[in-house]
Amino acid sequence: MVYDALIGPFTEFEFMRRALAAVIALSLAGAPIGVFLMLRRMSLVGDAMAHAILPGAAIGFLLSGLNLFAMTAGGLIAGFAVAILAGVVARSTGLKEDASLATFYLASLALGVTIVSIKGTNIDLLHVLFGNILAMDDQTLLVVAFNATVTLLVLAVIYRPLVIESVDPLFLRTVSRAGGPAHLAFLALVVVNLVNGFQALGTLLAVGLMILPAGIARFWTRDLTAMICIAVVAAAVAGYAGLVLSFQTRVPSGPAIILVATVLYIVSVLFGRVGGVVRQMFPGRHLEA
Amino acid sequence: MAQLAFRNVTLGYDRHPAVHHLNGEVAPGALVAVIGPNGAGKSTLLRGIVGILKPLDGSIHLGGLDARDIAYLPQSADIDRTFPISVFDFVGTGLWRATSLFGGIGKAAREKILRAIASVGLNGFENRPIGTLSGGQMQRVLFARVLLQDARLIVLDEPFNAIDSKTTVDLLALVKHWHGEGRTVLAALHDMEMVRTHFSETLILARGPVAWGPTAEVLTPENLMVAMRMCEAFDDTAAACAADGVSSRAA
Repeated sequence: MVYDALIGPFTEFEFMRRALAAVIALSLAGAPIGVFLMLRRMSLVGDAMAHAILPGAAIGFLLSGLNLFAMTAGGLIAGFAVAILAGVVARSTGLKEDASLATFYLASLALGVTIVSIKGTNIDLLHVLFGNILAMDDQTLLVVAFNATVTLLVLAVIYRPLVIESVDPLFLRTVSRAGGPAHLAFLALVVVNLVNGFQALGTLLAVGLMILPAGIARFWTRDLTAMICIAVVAAAVAGYAGLVLSFQTRVPSGPAIILVATVLYIVSVLFGRVGGVVRQMFPGRHLEA
Repeated sequence: MAQLAFRNVTLGYDRHPAVHHLNGEVAPGALVAVIGPNGAGKSTLLRGIVGILKPLDGSIHLGGLDARDIAYLPQSADIDRTFPISVFDFVGTGLWRATSLFGGIGKAAREKILRAIASVGLNGFENRPIGTLSGGQMQRVLFARVLLQDARLIVLDEPFNAIDSKTTVDLLALVKHWHGEGRTVLAALHDMEMVRTHFSETLILARGPVAWGPTAEVLTPENLMVAMRMCEAFDDTAAACAADGVSSRAA
């Protein structure tokens, strides 16, 4: 019974195995990026960027239908364009970067939905907005895995300057010029992972598997390495449980994964060791030193 | 050769100067206090020296020093203490010159870091996240990182702000130790008594140099009054500066 519910779907159906492999790849790469987004106070920037990739992906869809490469390339171009435009507008007009980004992402979302509506059906629109991890083919899975691998490699290269730039940017500028390139590379990784998540979770939820696990991890540890590990595990658990939930209840897979992650988040808010509600209400006896 | 030379330096933001037309030199091994009221340009000058801020005009010469031979202690407010990093890892960033992007922290480096932490009296704090430290403890951590950088030129931005007298005494002893080793030290300070007692040379700033020289000669009521009367200005309609730079001091 338990085997049938929890393991059976993956042994029986290939599309479930592909979906599981995809969420694990997304978790391995996206969750560490999400931790840095959160720690650099860029969580909402990530959300805005997720919307910004839509028109590019939609143009890809317009040209080639639901073709992975066209949509990925379009999404990457649109994501970088919006990030750069928002930065340029912010620097040349004094408008705060988040306000500038908000303007661009709203325009991008409207433009993207309009473009998809021109050629596609409502089902296509739902696919673009919420993704469909269960419809992932081998080719798509390989691209997702490739992007995840590249993300981990680049993150390993920029990890040290990224950490120092997050905690003490002035110090980094006195000892190295790596801060600027590291920040740009990080933004590129954000876009790559949003496009990655876009295939599985759609433009509206792509950032969910990055930010929610990071938020979960924040309630369990004050150590960065542990935080990243917990975020990856939380994302993978949410992905697996979300797929099972989706399979058993016919809830759409993307929302199911994000809902499971949300449940884990609520549990962490309540019972987390670091700042959890219960821990604060019942802290235990104080220590001697 | 001077350790630091300012040639008609103007530093500021968006073309608005915070320090105008500074000329002068700092000798190797000098211990210089930079004083002045809030907004006088002290932090701006120090940021210019360490290369964070490019001069709007003029130039700063580092006496042949590589940028990595400079250690900079920023104000605590510039550090994000909510970031989950331990005292050990934070102090360890002081080894950037040796480790750069990929260098590992071996046994010798590990011992160096532990020694630096012990030198500032924080034995046992190695695994504490920096967000759980008091203001004074954080200041000790910053000094430990400077220790580890082992730099010829040390630039300290208000290193004794908001810390108790014992911590001040301990950290001031470190500053004097660095001076004794022949390193050049510049520190932005507010405590006149400390400057008078411990710093041989003083630069009084008030958006430009008011006076610069031996502390006993420079730290006069008249000069301090001039600095106090400094008016803060940031005028978008201001005309382009026509001054050609008046030499304030040549050591």
